[in-house]
Amino acid sequence: MTQDDIRRAFLDEVIRVAPDIDPAAIAGTDHLQDDLGLDSMDVLNLVIALSARFGVEIPEADYPRIATPDLAAAYLAEKTRG
Amino acid sequence: MSVFAMPSLGADMEAGKLVEWLVKPGDRVRHGDVVAVVETQKGAIEIEVFEDGTVEKLLATLGQTLPVGAPLAVIGGEAVTVAAPPPVETVAAAPEPLASPVPVQPPPAAGIAASPAARARAAELGVDLAGVKGSGPGGAIVFADVVPSAQAAPKPPDREALLAEMRRAIAAAMTRSKREIPHYYVTHTIDLGAATDWLAATTAGRPPETRLLMGALLARAVTLAAHEVPAMNGHFGTDGFAPADRVHLGLAVALRGGGLVAPAILDAETLDLTALMAAMRDLTARTRAGRLRSSEMSMATLTFSALGEAGVEAMAGIIVPPQVALVTAGAPQPMALVKDGAVVARPAVTLTLAADHRVSDGRLGARFLTLIDTHLQAPETL
Repeated sequence: MTQDDIRRAFLDEVIRVAPDIDPAAIAGTDHLQDDLGLDSMDVLNLVIALSARFGVEIPEADYPRIATPDLAAAYLAEKTRG
Repeated sequence: MSVFAMPSLGADMEAGKLVEWLVKPGDRVRHGDVVAVVETQKGAIEIEVFEDGTVEKLLATLGQTLPVGAPLAVIGGEAVTVAAPPPVETVAAAPEPLASPVPVQPPPAAGIAASPAARARAAELGVDLAGVKGSGPGGAIVFADVVPSAQAAPKPPDREALLAEMRRAIAAAMTRSKREIPHYYVTHTIDLGAATDWLAATTAGRPPETRLLMGALLARAVTLAAHEVPAMNGHFGTDGFAPADRVHLGLAVALRGGGLVAPAILDAETLDLTALMAAMRDLTARTRAGRLRSSEMSMATLTFSALGEAGVEAMAGIIVPPQVALVTAGAPQPMALVKDGAVVARPAVTLTLAADHRVSDGRLGARFLTLIDTHLQAPETL
């Protein structure tokens, strides 16, 4: 899975938990909570979905590392490689 | 034989457009069955029937915009009275089975499920949602699914108009609340030290499906206190106040495009902390996807609104009729509290109760908030 695939999959899941966001309007540096308006319930639903999709464990301490699409793509690439 | 009428969809919704019948004449229905789907500004809402019987005749036709109380169908059978929106005392209509550790349950694949944003965009672009394939939870149509179709003529009302309509409906409901309900307010700051430590220790090793958020602890403490102070939990109707013996906890969910929905978690007092947390996640996801049930829209006996994401300290809210109380929480954050004569920084939250003076007074409101405080000091018992 390339980092681009990972980014697409991540955005897929973001849209799944927050279907009222226009995917075309999401920038790589957009912050899930501050810019896209996800609340903590949405973030938890996202973490559950990402854990299932990528088969990785995302502890609470790592939430800041999936806070934007850019950060998340790098983080998930690193986790799935590991 | 009875006429099944359009149930209430909450204080700020007066009508819905019938988009699907899930039953036909001759079908047997049971209390709690979803029989129709209506489209509203706040997403599709599944209409449940509140009696057992056989569908004799459908009175409403697809595409019709139906006000609350409009006849929908004739139901024959055991029932003899005209069906009305369920009274508060009624046992909850078939709540979604909540196997606690499971992630969000896919909504039933029936009717046109679409998120409020998808609905707004469809209206803007003149797209018929019936022809759109959904990629959201349970096949719900989400924003990205709605693309301009070549043959569809763009037509108003646009997105702004839909949002303006929702804003107008909220304003009407809140104006009515302020006109009819003599509000009083009580504010209390609660030390969350014990709850924060317990939460960190408990959640650390858990898989995300069973992780807890502070919001769930607050909601659980509010639910327990509401069960203990009946004057905060129920509906005020034409015959005065009727306390409820169940706690259907309304949960305010902000919609991203603007506006607000406060669907209820039915029988919240029967859910332990983990189950309540799962119910909160499920309700949030279904609100976003535009897939709520009529009972969830109308049966809340008390509403809880947390402004944790906004970072503010406190908000005094307006009661949602026919309820008699609303609890708002500011963001949990470090505050300067006095402990044993010394000022210390502690994680804390400020709760504000808005309550109905026709039913209770400030002393009882104060007792209610201190009960919430007491529960939060013993998080292991929540």
